Amino acid sequence: MQVKSKLLFLSSLILIFVINLFAGSIDPYFYTVIIYIGINIILATSLNLINGYTGQFSLGHAGFMAIGGYLSIALSTYFAPFFQNTFGTGVFGEAITFIIVLLAGGTAAALVGLLVGVPSLRLKGDYLAITTLGFAEIIRVVIQNMDVIGASQGFRGVYIYNNGVKAPQMVQDLGEMSNIFYAVPKFTNFFWTFLFVAIIIYYVHNLINSTYGRGFLSVKDDEIAAESMGINTTKFKVSAFVSGAFFAGIAGVLYGHFNLYLNPEDFNFLKSVEIVVMVILGGMGSMIGVIIAAVLLTILPEFLRSVSEYRMIIYALLLIIMMLTRPQGLFGFKIKRKKL
Amino acid sequence: MLEIKDLQIHYGSIKAIRGINLKVPDGSIVTLIGSNGAGKTSTLRAISGIIKTAGGSITYNGENITNLHPEKIVKMGICQSPEGRLIFSNLTVEENLLMGAYTRKDKEGVKDDLEFVFSFFPRLKERIKQLGGTLSGGEQQMLAISRALMSKPKVLLLDEPSLGIAPLLVKTIFEKIVALNHSTGITILLVEQNANLALSVANYGYVLETGEIILEGKADELAKNEEVRKAYLGE
Ligand SMILES: Nc1ncnc2c1ncn2[C@@H]1O[C@H](COP(=O)(O)OP(=O)(O)OP(=O)(O)O)[C@@H](O)[C@H]1O
Ligand SMILES: [Mg+2]
Repeated sequence: MQVKSKLLFLSSLILIFVINLFAGSIDPYFYTVIIYIGINIILATSLNLINGYTGQFSLGHAGFMAIGGYLSIALSTYFAPFFQNTFGTGVFGEAITFIIVLLAGGTAAALVGLLVGVPSLRLKGDYLAITTLGFAEIIRVVIQNMDVIGASQGFRGVYIYNNGVKAPQMVQDLGEMSNIFYAVPKFTNFFWTFLFVAIIIYYVHNLINSTYGRGFLSVKDDEIAAESMGINTTKFKVSAFVSGAFFAGIAGVLYGHFNLYLNPEDFNFLKSVEIVVMVILGGMGSMIGVIIAAVLLTILPEFLRSVSEYRMIIYALLLIIMMLTRPQGLFGFKIKRKKL
Repeated sequence: MLEIKDLQIHYGSIKAIRGINLKVPDGSIVTLIGSNGAGKTSTLRAISGIIKTAGGSITYNGENITNLHPEKIVKMGICQSPEGRLIFSNLTVEENLLMGAYTRKDKEGVKDDLEFVFSFFPRLKERIKQLGGTLSGGEQQMLAISRALMSKPKVLLLDEPSLGIAPLLVKTIFEKIVALNHSTGITILLVEQNANLALSVANYGYVLETGEIILEGKADELAKNEEVRKAYLGE
């Protein structure tokens, strides 16, 4: 079983690599949609780990995405000279740089996840929804007020003057002095995006089919029973939450290095809701369902561009209709979890 | 020996347990009987560390286990089959049993114990791949007890194993419990509303009423007690 999924994982990596070679010939508009599909799959699958598999309810996924996104683009611009000097500007140098900022973004999000998660996950009840909701808003407001990353103007790069001054906007009195503008580098491509799609699918798949993963499912099934068996329910909830936050951070890094511009409003409450909708629509705890929902909800707005202001209303209607007709999720088939 | 001294449990302003004392000697079957809301489940959950106590102490073989983490208590050899057959409905029978052995490291021993509980409840073996949630009530009860046994406990806490099960099956399950006690010497603390049944299998009994122990004694003597007969045996 393990061997089979490892093989599948490796062959999908090769496939991703090969497709990436032809990515240049894909229509740019389609290419963009495909990348966003990948990013949304990562976001939805990682939230599913929290909300679906351990039965928690996190409402702040956009906050973790923001941390990963902003931290990484700040690193890859402010430290651009350092990275370029150390690793060079070739394909490999850029790959190493990107791996570093990816890990930095993911790790930062995971650490913050630990800080936010531990206090609320120790308590019984739905404190997590409230805490994460508040947390994501705080993150957004903090970013809005941080001039080094562009504050409410958004961030697309940094001017580095030859006297060492660094600023995301042109500095008036230094206008005469020569500077170099380091824009957010376009590191994200098909390969990196779908590499992480493959990693998170592989990770979650193996997790839920392991002894450790049965711990997750048991926590969701019945917390009291799990505790009666000596299962440390807090540990499971925290580890699901932290790894979910990690991948949300990764999604943020990918988004930042594709869009090349981040604005605090990209990570508002509606973004978190959008990810929650994907998970609910796909059927909590159903990996395939959630992936399909992520794909559909990425494509859907493209068709609804003319009425895009009503997108949230449409989501709300979709959810209400679904709760009434298919409470188990649009794709009510559970992932075929391998029985022992 | 499992020993409870002056135990107190509060839920906010509700004082569910108000200073009870209880002893469960090694190898015995002790029963704690009482009507709805008396505080039986609360007591068991406190022993398992699932809820925090407000006062008093719980010791096992002289070691203080009050408010220890549930994981530690299971590892020390105290495990419970919770009230209402709280099994994992999305896991198979076998997976449920393996979750019972979650804190154990000895793979071989777990395998042997799996065979042991199957020999004890052959019905479970027939349903090994079935999801827990699809078992009948009686089968779920067998599973809940077996799952607790998979942790290889020295003390087994049973919370109302007769709840919502057909009388005939209740009889079978109770016979198994007694047989288990005789054959392995496992210590059992049995919580029951069905006082008649509980007192017929136990060595010693405690009667709990609104958070206090109002009576205690040898099981056969309690069964003859006027007060008990009136209040719990419907006479
Ligand atoms: N989580 C809780 N919050 C508040 N009160 C609780 C809680 N759990 C139990 N109680 C209260 O504590 C008292 C004892 O409850 P407990 O479940 O221990 O009784 P019991 O003897 O097991 O009853 P039963 O035979 O019905 O299972 C009851 O009055 C109950 O309402
Ligand atoms: Mg009870």
